[in-house]
Amino acid sequence: MIGTGKIKQYANVLDKPLGKGKQEVSLSAFAFLFSELVQYNQTQVDNISELETRLEDAGYAVGARVLELLCHRDKGNRRETRLLGILSFVHSTVWKVLFGKVADSLEKGTEHEDEYMISEKELLVNRFISIPKDMGTFHCGAFVAGIVKGVLENVGFPAVVTAHFVPVEGQQRPRTTILIKFAEEVLRREARLG
Amino acid sequence: MPPAAPRSGDAIFASVERVNAELFTLTYGAIVRQLLTDLEEVEEVNKQLDQMGYNIGIRLIDEFLAKSNVSRCVDFKETAEMIAKVGFKMFLGVTASVMNWDADGTCCSIVLEDNPLVDFVELPDTCQGLYYCNILSGVIRGALEMVAMKTEVTWIRDMLRGDDAYELQVKLLKQVPEEYPYKDDE
Repeated sequence: MIGTGKIKQYANVLDKPLGKGKQEVSLSAFAFLFSELVQYNQTQVDNISELETRLEDAGYAVGARVLELLCHRDKGNRRETRLLGILSFVHSTVWKVLFGKVADSLEKGTEHEDEYMISEKELLVNRFISIPKDMGTFHCGAFVAGIVKGVLENVGFPAVVTAHFVPVEGQQRPRTTILIKFAEEVLRREARLG
Repeated sequence: MPPAAPRSGDAIFASVERVNAELFTLTYGAIVRQLLTDLEEVEEVNKQLDQMGYNIGIRLIDEFLAKSNVSRCVDFKETAEMIAKVGFKMFLGVTASVMNWDADGTCCSIVLEDNPLVDFVELPDTCQGLYYCNILSGVIRGALEMVAMKTEVTWIRDMLRGDDAYELQVKLLKQVPEEYPYKDDE
């Protein structure tokens, strides 16, 4: 095509400029894509916990890359080293970039020292998903739990992250809680840092 | 009551709810990576992506028709314009262009310069036969089949393989008239 402006060809994808991250696609495009992800994984597994694991693995990959992107672009190549810092990074910055708003709440678990919870009234990925009764406790938020896990593990805070439905009085649809349970070494390091 | 005027792609895109394109890009990357790990053969992955796109396309067409208020397209040329200008804009936020019409108007190319699926992507040497965006060809094929057109959609140019744009060739194979389940005289 002669005459139309050609996009500059970069030999290496790493040389391409990052972009501001303001580009958008429609929610339905993402919802369709996510539903295909879940449907494809349903054909590959035998039970619910395997399905959740696969969704979590997919989310893990997304989380690792989001971390690198955000640290470089928004945080000026500085990353958090303290527990509360990284939690608020996930709760505010990561959520804002991925879902357009900060998470509804961040709480510390009352029963265990190493547990923290991020709550959301309705996860974006669950907007168009309904869980049939025979799938019990299955939660597509496992994908988001995977994203959080990907971010935390790659920043040096290994954790077990899961997603749960929490029924709320007066509300028809239950709230979603992402439960983060940090590994022991994280708490020991945090105590040492004072 | 006169039918509402068809809306432009920009107007629809501005009115739908939107999400960050990077979430979309990274999720698609996770899907392709999962497929590559499970299926291992690049050809199988291409087929699976096309199938997934087909599944999306047959549902996407309903939303497209509902939101865009388009009336029946008179011919295939109009259909292709609709896909490029309205369809791509309202779902992916990018505009495509249509070119290279053949003599009888059944085959054209849709060219995309900007593609949100492929940000940050590089194909390694082991995956050179992969059509990374093959889901798009499935979406178009599925959507058109639901409006009575059987088409064949193939990739002509792919930026991940070194070309300068993304070019999809859409070829109309035949129009399948809608079949009514009841016979008129029974």
